[in-house]
Amino acid sequence: MFAYLLRSLSQATLVMLAVAFIAFSMFRYVGDPVASLVGTEATIKDREELSRSLGLDDPFPIQFVRFLANAAQGDLGISYRQGRPVVDLILERLPATLELALLSAALAFIVGLGLGVYTALNRRGVLANIVMSLSLVGVSLPTFLIGVGLIFLFAVNLRWLPSFGRGETVAFGWWTTGLLTESGRKSLIMPVVTLGFYQLTLIMRLVRAQMLEVMRADYIRFARARGLTERTINFRHALRNTMVPVVTIAGLQLGSVIAFAIVTETVFNWPGLGALFVRSVEVVDIPVMAAYLMFVGLVFVVVNLVVDLLYFALDPRLRGATAVPAR
Amino acid sequence: MSDTLAKAPQSTKPARITFAERRRRVFDSDLWHAFKTSPVAIVSTALALVLIVAALLADVLAPQNAFDTAQLNLLDGYTHPLERGAGSGMLFFMGSDDQGRDIFSALFYGTRLSLLVGLASVVFSLVLGIALGLLAGYLGGRTETVIMRVADIQLSFPAILIALLVFGVARGLIAPQHYENTAIGVIIVAIGLSNWAQYARTVRASTLVERNKDYVQAARLMGISGFGIMARHVLPNVMGPVLVIATINLALAIIEEATLSFLGVGLPVTQPSLGTLIRSGQKFLLSGEWWILFFPALVLILLALSINLLGDWLRDALNPRLR
Repeated sequence: MFAYLLRSLSQATLVMLAVAFIAFSMFRYVGDPVASLVGTEATIKDREELSRSLGLDDPFPIQFVRFLANAAQGDLGISYRQGRPVVDLILERLPATLELALLSAALAFIVGLGLGVYTALNRRGVLANIVMSLSLVGVSLPTFLIGVGLIFLFAVNLRWLPSFGRGETVAFGWWTTGLLTESGRKSLIMPVVTLGFYQLTLIMRLVRAQMLEVMRADYIRFARARGLTERTINFRHALRNTMVPVVTIAGLQLGSVIAFAIVTETVFNWPGLGALFVRSVEVVDIPVMAAYLMFVGLVFVVVNLVVDLLYFALDPRLRGATAVPAR
Repeated sequence: MSDTLAKAPQSTKPARITFAERRRRVFDSDLWHAFKTSPVAIVSTALALVLIVAALLADVLAPQNAFDTAQLNLLDGYTHPLERGAGSGMLFFMGSDDQGRDIFSALFYGTRLSLLVGLASVVFSLVLGIALGLLAGYLGGRTETVIMRVADIQLSFPAILIALLVFGVARGLIAPQHYENTAIGVIIVAIGLSNWAQYARTVRASTLVERNKDYVQAARLMGISGFGIMARHVLPNVMGPVLVIATINLALAIIEEATLSFLGVGLPVTQPSLGTLIRSGQKFLLSGEWWILFFPALVLILLALSINLLGDWLRDALNPRLR
C-alpha cells in the first residue's frame, strides 16, 4: 500500500513538473515579457536593465526553478491585460466554476449510473432502446448547442430561467455560493444540465457496456446456479465488479468537467475560470493562460491520485498487492 | 471507405492486381455485404455524401455568394424563412441575417470550411499519431517511453483545452497582421495536435503484436530495413482500427472546430465555418430571429451525427466478435 502510494505520488509530481515546464516555456518564450511591461518610449538600455532585474538573463534552469518556487508560493505573475495578480483573478472565480463542475459531475454520475444499470438489465426493453438512441444523439450534439437550445426554450420562450450569470450569491469569506438564493439556484439549472449532459451519456454507455460484459462472466452464471436472487446478482456481484472501471472514468471525467466548463461558461456568461481562460486566449494574456494550465494540471493530478486510492476501496484484490492497476 | 480497407492489405503483394479484380474484391468483401444490409450505414452515408457534395460544389449550387458584400442587399435583412426579401425580391429558403445574407447559401460555404478543417486536422493527427505509434512500437526502449508518456499527458487533458492552448500560443507568436491568413492553418494544427495520441496508442499496441509475428521476422531476414518493414508490412495490418478511430474523430474534429469558432477563437467572421455562423446567430436568438442560428446548428448536428453513425457501424462491422 505504502509503496503504491509512493509510486502514485512520484508520478503525480512528474506530471505536475511537465505541466509547469510547458507553462513556464509559454511564459518565457511566447510574446516578450519585457515589451509587455515597459512603455513604448523605453530605450534599449532600459529594457536591458529591466530584463536583468527580472532575472531574464539567468540560465534557463535557474529561471525555471525560480518560476517553480514562485508558483509554489502562489505567485503566478501579473495579468498583462488586467494588471492584477493572476492568483487573485483565479481565486475570485474559483467558487463559480467549482460549484458548477461538482454539481454537473454529481448529476452525470448519479443519473448516468442509474440509466446505465437500467439499460443493461432491460437490454431489449423499448424504453432502454429509446434512451440508448437518445444518448447517441447526445454524444453527437456539441455542448454549446445544448446550452443554446436550453436558453432558447427556457429563457427566451418560456421565460422560466435566466439565460446568463449566477444570479444572487451569498459570500462566506472568499467563497461564494448561488445555492442559498432562489435566483442563484435557478441560474444553476441550465448550466449544470448543459455541462453534465455529455458526461452523463458517457457514464451511462460505459456502465451499460461493463455491466453486459460482467453479466457474461462465469461467476454470474455460478451465482445463478447457486440460486441467488436476481437482485443480489445484479447489485452485489455485477454492479460491484462494474464499478472499478466506471469510477476510474467518472473520476477522470471530473477533471474534464472543469475543463469543459470553458464552453458552458461562455454560453451562459458564467463568471468562472473557463470564461477567464477563453478571454485570455482571445487577447493573448499569457500569464493567465499559463496559470490556468497549471490549475487544470493540478486538478487532474489530484483527481488521478484520489481515483488510484479509490481502487483500494473498491477492489479487495489490490489490497496488499503492489501491482499498479491498468488504466 | 470500404475501398481503401479492402485494398490496403494487398498493396504489399509483388504481382500487380488489375482494376477489375480489385473491384471484384471490394464488392465481394464482408464489409460490403455488411454495408448493404445495414440501413443505418446506408442512410448515414447518403446524408454525409449529400453534405460533402454540397460543400464541394458550393460555388455552383449556392444561390448567392454569401460572403461577397457587393451581392448583399441590406433591405433583405431579417427575412423570415420561405419569404421573399424586401430589397431584391429573392426567395430566402432559410431566411436571411441582419445584412441580408442568404442563410441557405452561407451554409454551403460554412459546411465546406467545417469539412475542410475537420478532414485536414484528422489527416494531420493521423500522420503524426501513426508515425509516433510505429516508432514507439517498433523501436521500444527510451523512445517508446517518451512518446507514450507525452501521449498519456495529451489524452488526460480534454482536446478542447489543448486546442485552445495551442491556438493561444500560436497567436502570441504570429504577428496580428498575418493573423487572418493563417487562421485556418492554426486551427488545423491546434485540433490536430489535440487528437494524435489515440492513433499512437492503437498503432503502438498493434505494432507490438505484429512485431513478433513470423512474417516480420521473415522480412527482417530478407534484409528489409526497419523503416521498410514498418511502412509496408506492419502498417497495413494496423490500419483497420485506425480507420475506425479516424472516422469517429472526424466528427469530433468538426465539433471541436465549431466549438472553437463559437467561443470566438476559431475562424474569423470573414471566413465563417458552421461554428462561426452559429456564434453570429446567437445574438439574434434573444430577439426571436431563430433561423439565423437554427439552420447552421441543424447542419452541424446532421454532419456530426451521420459521420458518428458511420464510424459506429464501421467499428462493429470490423469487429469479428460482434458478427
